[in-house]
Amino acid sequence: MFKNQYDTDVTVWSPQGRLHQVEYAMEAVKQGSACVALRSKNHAVLVGYMRSSSELSSFQQKVFEVDEHIGVTMAGLAADGRVLSRFLRSECLQHKYVYDSPLPTGRLATTVADKCQNCTQRSWLRPYGVGILLAGYDATGPHVYYNCPSGNYFEYHAFTMGARSQSAKTYLERHADVFDDCSLDDLVLHGLKAIKDSVQGGELDADNCNIGIVGEGQPFKVLTKDEVQPHVDRLDTEEMEGEDD
Amino acid sequence: FFLLNINCFTGMMMAAHAPGAASASGKFTSVVENPKEARFSPYVSNGGTVVGVAGQDYCVLASDTRLSLGFSILSRDCPRVTKLTSKCCIATAGMQADTLALHKMLQYRLKMYKHQNGKEMSTDAIAQMLSITLYNKRFFPYYTFNIVGGIDPNGEGAVYSYDAIGTMEKMKYTATGSGAPLIEPFLDSQVGYKNQLIKPDRERTKDEAVELVKDTFATAGERDIYTGDAVDIMVMTADGLSVEKFPLKQD
Repeated sequence: MFKNQYDTDVTVWSPQGRLHQVEYAMEAVKQGSACVALRSKNHAVLVGYMRSSSELSSFQQKVFEVDEHIGVTMAGLAADGRVLSRFLRSECLQHKYVYDSPLPTGRLATTVADKCQNCTQRSWLRPYGVGILLAGYDATGPHVYYNCPSGNYFEYHAFTMGARSQSAKTYLERHADVFDDCSLDDLVLHGLKAIKDSVQGGELDADNCNIGIVGEGQPFKVLTKDEVQPHVDRLDTEEMEGEDD
Repeated sequence: FFLLNINCFTGMMMAAHAPGAASASGKFTSVVENPKEARFSPYVSNGGTVVGVAGQDYCVLASDTRLSLGFSILSRDCPRVTKLTSKCCIATAGMQADTLALHKMLQYRLKMYKHQNGKEMSTDAIAQMLSITLYNKRFFPYYTFNIVGGIDPNGEGAVYSYDAIGTMEKMKYTATGSGAPLIEPFLDSQVGYKNQLIKPDRERTKDEAVELVKDTFATAGERDIYTGDAVDIMVMTADGLSVEKFPLKQD
């Protein structure tokens, strides 16, 4: 009711014990375009739906390589995302430089979470307006982490965020049991099927879809347009055959 | 975090003059009469020789694998060459600690470049970056004598040679390290055909260049005690990189 009095500064608590600025930052994530992350026993996959601001503009890349074994997709303020990507990359390189080994995914998630939390406790800063989905493969297997602007993070078997992602969430919840034993191609197909209905005014195709894969014997790779095409074709074929999902 | 090094050692660089001159009577001077300050030296030489030869469409970069300290051998199989990209390598003689730090630092910079620019650094860009990196430590240098070899953006072989503080020159062939004085004149004669009236009408092929480089190391190994054991030879072409190990005398 008195939300407006307590929501100007990030350092002001509301009487209900909430930080409204942080919650508003989480709203920004919901404005971004949809993205999905899921994992099997051996692989992790990221799928992002790329937006373009007009017919004449390029598509905003969604999936980024952070290191040879970690990739990331984001939703929210793209500028904040770019800055955090640079931070993620330099953290991984720094670790490799000092310890000559890849940074474990969970440790990276913690480091980013600390950085995000920092901004929620300084009066001269604002929280990052971007949610980060990390997908990585390290000595303990594939992992998917979601980092929130609040500084919270969780590990997931599968996760989705962004505009119109509710249908994707429902799809992932319904099919979560089969992901563990999926092959890489099937895992990608599940990701595409999940995100299919989050697309606004059009179809998912090789132009507006970013796919990233990582896993056992597979360093992180963002698929090129030519590599995405067969997956999209498979999606279209299955749709036409009217397979039940 | 690494570009501007804190030159806290600058103070140490001020020379401490040893007091006292030779005694007037011409007798042997003793340590008591002319005390010399014992100082920690951050530098040490680990020996080693490095050679680079560039051709029309290939580049050969080779270094020996003997690591020395004084008159001792620390290792017979110590790598001095690092692959930077699929088309470029760096080989370094001098102090191994600085060599490792420098190579690691370059690899870091290269990875960052690839993340931010979506492509690998070209050989000429790497060469320039090394020059800058070395000069940034002008007042506490890396004790490294580098050669960068690779395929430049035009598909031609290129070899760059450096001194410890980053003086860079693009060349057709070069040698650096402990065996350099023995090898450079040989390369001048057989690769540069300097001051010769009769020169071959065609350039060496890649395989002929590799044979020549093997000869230079075998030659240097005869007279230079710090060169020997084995040679790591990297051959770069537009198609990629191949590595060969050539054994040398172990004496």
